[in-house]
Amino acid sequence: MLGEGIIKGMVETAKNFFGSYFSAERLTTVEYPEQRIAPYEAARVFPFLVFDSKNHAGGTDWESGLRCVACQICEKECPPKCIFIEKSKDKKPDALGRLQFYPARFDIDISVCMSCQICVEVCPFEAIKMDTEFELSTEDRFGGLLLDRKQLAKSNQYYHQIHPAEATGVDAKLAAEKIKAHAKVKITDEAKTAAIAGAGA
Amino acid sequence: MSEMQSHSAILADKPQGWNRPAAIEPQNEGELLEVSMGPHHPSTHGVFRMDVALDGERVIRLKPVFGYLHRNHEKLAEGQSYLASMPYTDRLDYICPITNNWAYALAVEKLIGQEVPERAEYLRVILGELTRYQNHASSIGFLIQEMGASGTPLMYAFREREKILDLFEELTGARMMVNYMRFGGCRVDASPGWLDRTRKVVAGLSGFADEFDQLLKSNEILMARTQGVGVLRPELAVNAGVTGPMLRASGVNYDIRKVDGYGIYNRFNFRVPLGDHGDVYDRYMIRMLEMRESIEILNQALREIQPGPVMDPKAKIRGLRPKPGEAYGRIEAPKGELGFYLISDGGPNPYRYRVRPPSLINLTVLEDMCLGVNVADVVLIFGSVDIVLGEVDR
Amino acid sequence: MIDTCDQIFVLLQHWLVSFLPAAWQTAAGVLLSVAAIVCLFPALFALTTVFERKGLARIQNRLGPNRVGPFGFFQPIADGIKSLTKEDIVPLSADAAVHFLAPVLLVVTVFMGFAVLPMGRNMVLVDLDAGLLFYFAMGASSELAVFMAGWSSRNKYSLLGAMRAVAQMISYEVPLLLSSVVVVMITGSLSLTKIVEAQNHYTWGLPHWYIFTPWGFAGFLMYAIATTAETNRSPFDLPEGESELVAGYHTEYSGFKFALFFLGEYVAMFSISGLGTTLFLGGWSAPFSFLTWVPSWIWFFSKLMLSIFVFIWMRGTLPRLRQDQLMNFAWKFVLPMCLLNLMVAGLWRFMGDGWLRWVVCSAILLLAYVGLGLGEMRRQRLGPRSYRYAE
Repeated sequence: MLGEGIIKGMVETAKNFFGSYFSAERLTTVEYPEQRIAPYEAARVFPFLVFDSKNHAGGTDWESGLRCVACQICEKECPPKCIFIEKSKDKKPDALGRLQFYPARFDIDISVCMSCQICVEVCPFEAIKMDTEFELSTEDRFGGLLLDRKQLAKSNQYYHQIHPAEATGVDAKLAAEKIKAHAKVKITDEAKTAAIAGAGA
Repeated sequence: MSEMQSHSAILADKPQGWNRPAAIEPQNEGELLEVSMGPHHPSTHGVFRMDVALDGERVIRLKPVFGYLHRNHEKLAEGQSYLASMPYTDRLDYICPITNNWAYALAVEKLIGQEVPERAEYLRVILGELTRYQNHASSIGFLIQEMGASGTPLMYAFREREKILDLFEELTGARMMVNYMRFGGCRVDASPGWLDRTRKVVAGLSGFADEFDQLLKSNEILMARTQGVGVLRPELAVNAGVTGPMLRASGVNYDIRKVDGYGIYNRFNFRVPLGDHGDVYDRYMIRMLEMRESIEILNQALREIQPGPVMDPKAKIRGLRPKPGEAYGRIEAPKGELGFYLISDGGPNPYRYRVRPPSLINLTVLEDMCLGVNVADVVLIFGSVDIVLGEVDR
Repeated sequence: MIDTCDQIFVLLQHWLVSFLPAAWQTAAGVLLSVAAIVCLFPALFALTTVFERKGLARIQNRLGPNRVGPFGFFQPIADGIKSLTKEDIVPLSADAAVHFLAPVLLVVTVFMGFAVLPMGRNMVLVDLDAGLLFYFAMGASSELAVFMAGWSSRNKYSLLGAMRAVAQMISYEVPLLLSSVVVVMITGSLSLTKIVEAQNHYTWGLPHWYIFTPWGFAGFLMYAIATTAETNRSPFDLPEGESELVAGYHTEYSGFKFALFFLGEYVAMFSISGLGTTLFLGGWSAPFSFLTWVPSWIWFFSKLMLSIFVFIWMRGTLPRLRQDQLMNFAWKFVLPMCLLNLMVAGLWRFMGDGWLRWVVCSAILLLAYVGLGLGEMRRQRLGPRSYRYAE
């Protein structure tokens, strides 16, 4: 009968109209900024550099605790080339006690960054991770969106806050690496002492 | 003013021997109205222009003009590594990033001869079918929006799409630009919690398809607007290289999931719906039916998925240097056959990187479908082709 | 007490007018009523714009405007300020006088229709014996304003849009009138007050509204379709469709003049819904005899707002019809149904009281509706389809 399809359609919209007063399924608006949706753990926006507050170099500030050793792998792999790194001239000890370079300059242009997180994937030192903060608009159109290493450095505690499961995994991995490194040093030491003893004997 | 030109000038650049169909003989010599529709559209398809020559209300000639969104994707890929092109493929057909990633990963895996673990294949199928569902729902929503239903079906489709995008965000970290596939599997494994949430979402999908049907399927106004409009004959479709729901709506049985059986698609039971008339209504209905078939595949995949690795441990992520050669990897993307053709010269960057964009190739038959119809229907026919400008222009 | 509530506006008018000398009292009374109408309906228009946006939003699972004022009800004030402060652009080559007069003419003719609508017991501005005729005369005049707008803009697209709009309005005038003529036939009078009086009787608590009779129901349906087309509402709003090629007759208008067109369209919607209420839904009479204590003007305005909500509901659900399909529909479906309805109403009167006339008239109308509907769909080869799957 003519008009049947139209009636069916109008019944459907009436259901949605009345449903929007009763069920959350039928009213999906989240009134930002008064209401916010909590980001998922895996959410990624822009990168940041992780620093350990208790570190081998002895200091507690961000500069000495940066895990980044300026290997420039992330700079090479970044698709839109938004990372700019300058290696330092001197070295400082890292978490395992080895002397490493550190970044004298580490800039990320977040107006170019496309949040692909390839830099995180390729970093061998767990030094760069993805942040979840996105309310970063600024009135400074020339430098406001170019973050330098001070703005990028955030502590490992912050990393635990935003990505708890991931951070725990990273900590466990780093701890395991540390144990392996110490074991290797111990074996090397033992081998050395054994060699000296053998030579002496 | 352009209509001062004689119509022979407007129609001049057709090839020799082109027989102008009788339906578009202009009835009044010299009174053609040339209109440019676009590049701004109220119908949210992106920046695309159509130069239309009208005789009264009938379309005599239609010239699509695109390129407003050209971002140089293929040349860029020649300057960066294979991995670095992966996030750019997200941005091709930006409504279906998962399938873009998949096609590219398939092409590279063919090039380097890489195997993919089983769980990764299942995850690819699950995400791919979720993508297909939300793409078809949105496409139908956009089509009806162009018809003037003030966006109601579009809002319903987007409500469902939000649920699927939430799943994507939980798994991959981003709602749309997922950057999820890698050469040799998937980047991140899915937790059991994610799979449960997916099962819950999938359980609600067929209810939504029913709601959509009730709203639209037997609506007389919809039928009057879309049936018999924009007919695409199967011979023309095959000759022009049209693929995807448009081809199947014209009655040609060609679904790459069945033909190639890429991934693990030959393990799933699903049917391929075919249309008989090839008009806008058929394309709309084929997309609805394909949505239902996607639900079938999703149910089967979610039942059969087993724990395991999602990435081949021997696969290289960075520093990939394929041996010199070429490969063409294609999938049944929601819009049609999406293919990537890669030529490697042994270096870290591809020598040639070519995308076969289904939207562009489907768009080449727009003029043939629109000749002789009312100008009000041009927008509908254009909407039924279901294009995304990111893919057309790359 | 009940009567006072019912007649409160009439009593108020008499009281205010009593301060003036006797010679001026009638004129002053009329002026007061006119002022009341001119203030009330634009206020109702403002309220309707908010209802429309919030109604459409709720249908689409979202909130409508909710920032300006409580639940967004001050939004029309913001919109009004915006349209008043916009620059008034008149194209250089436009016909300035006609360009200026078009919105004015539209608003004036549309408001004139309210003069004969009985909004409550004893609440008609002018009780004309040929009220319905006057109403339709004014309604037809408003179409001239649309054409003036399109013509004076000197814009090919506006002219095309105006011509389409006028063609649509003219072709739906005929069903509009024919469906009202049925009511006139049965009542025996063109006077709107008499039409309402004729419906204000109750049998077993149920009213004698014309919509509850077979011919009245069919007439109401045809009237509703014609109304939707007359006021250019969805699904007949091609002349103002945004996604279509032609921009519409009010393209070249900006600022306050555009607001006047908008106002004119909505007030036309009110006035024609008011007429429909009067003709078919019993005007100001209550739906059940035990509810007659509620003031009559409340019933009138409730029925009016109900019609408006149905308009909004249709806008949120239905896609647009194409111009030629619209016209086909008018001439090949609505008009024959209206003519048949006239015949059936005559048959109704001829058959006299009893259950037989209900059955016969309903059967004829139902058969005709189904038959014509199927004929239309078959002729255009439309219909639901089934699909096959590949082997």
